[in-house]
Amino acid sequence: MKFGVLQFPGSCDEVDALYAARRVGDAELLWHGERDLKGADAIVVPGGFSYGDYLRAGAIARFSPVMESVIAFAHDGGLVLGICNGFQVLCEARLLPGALLPNANLRFTFRQVQLEVVEGETAFTGACGSGGGSSADPPHSSVGGHPILSIPAKHSWGRYYADGGQLATMRENGQVVLRYGPGENFNGSVQDIAGVRNEHGNVFGLMPHPEHAVDELTGSADGLCIFTSMRMAVEGARV
Amino acid sequence: MSVRARVLIRPKAGILDPQGEAVQRALPALGFEGVANVHVGRLVELDVDDPSQLEPMCEKLLANPLVEDYEIVLNDT
Repeated sequence: MKFGVLQFPGSCDEVDALYAARRVGDAELLWHGERDLKGADAIVVPGGFSYGDYLRAGAIARFSPVMESVIAFAHDGGLVLGICNGFQVLCEARLLPGALLPNANLRFTFRQVQLEVVEGETAFTGACGSGGGSSADPPHSSVGGHPILSIPAKHSWGRYYADGGQLATMRENGQVVLRYGPGENFNGSVQDIAGVRNEHGNVFGLMPHPEHAVDELTGSADGLCIFTSMRMAVEGARV
Repeated sequence: MSVRARVLIRPKAGILDPQGEAVQRALPALGFEGVANVHVGRLVELDVDDPSQLEPMCEKLLANPLVEDYEIVLNDT
């Protein structure tokens, strides 16, 4: 199982994403100017400020050569995870519904957030019900039967928005995967939405950073289950 | 012969505009009364040979039609 981690000018979380992916499989960086995905079984679009976030976050990265390949890969059913700026890029590319807007508090905010795993049977959360992937720790707690992930968020453009019609469709299809827990929605996202998937379930984006929470040394390993889930989905598909 | 164009991009009506709200709150503090409906957007100025391309430019890149309205103003100077 091999992850391809994109790298744009202005990316800054690609090394942590690479490190997190290597905890569960092989991983390689893919430069934005290349079209070759180098045999990756899954793609991670990492956080940062791709192309300076000029115009709108993710608006220019969405047209990069590597993204042409990623869009084709996604349309063929390949797994694509977008984290923070990567989530913005996937929304701009229309691989995910909705858009990200400036935080309602107008501030860059960096804090640990508690996330409810609303959909626990997806290709990105299948391993999140029983603790952080390979970690032996059980989930810290649960709300209404939903596991809770404690992982950091750090952004100024994280207010998720989709219109009423889109939200209704997403609800019907189980596309809202993660919500901010009570009191955690600092950016003003509609319906406390923190992470969404596409209709087919092979593309997922979230604003918080699971790749920064893969070791208890840094306070939480809850993010690792996202990567473990992807490996399980890929290897299950191979059988 | 190129044409000078301005593209005005603003948040769609009904979508929370915290920048506009912050400016609206700041103005009375400076003594400017009677100000309402403040919205903050972006201005893109460009010279184009073919003004008919402006709308597809807006739809594909300059604006995000899901959350922003755009207005194209042509200026032959």
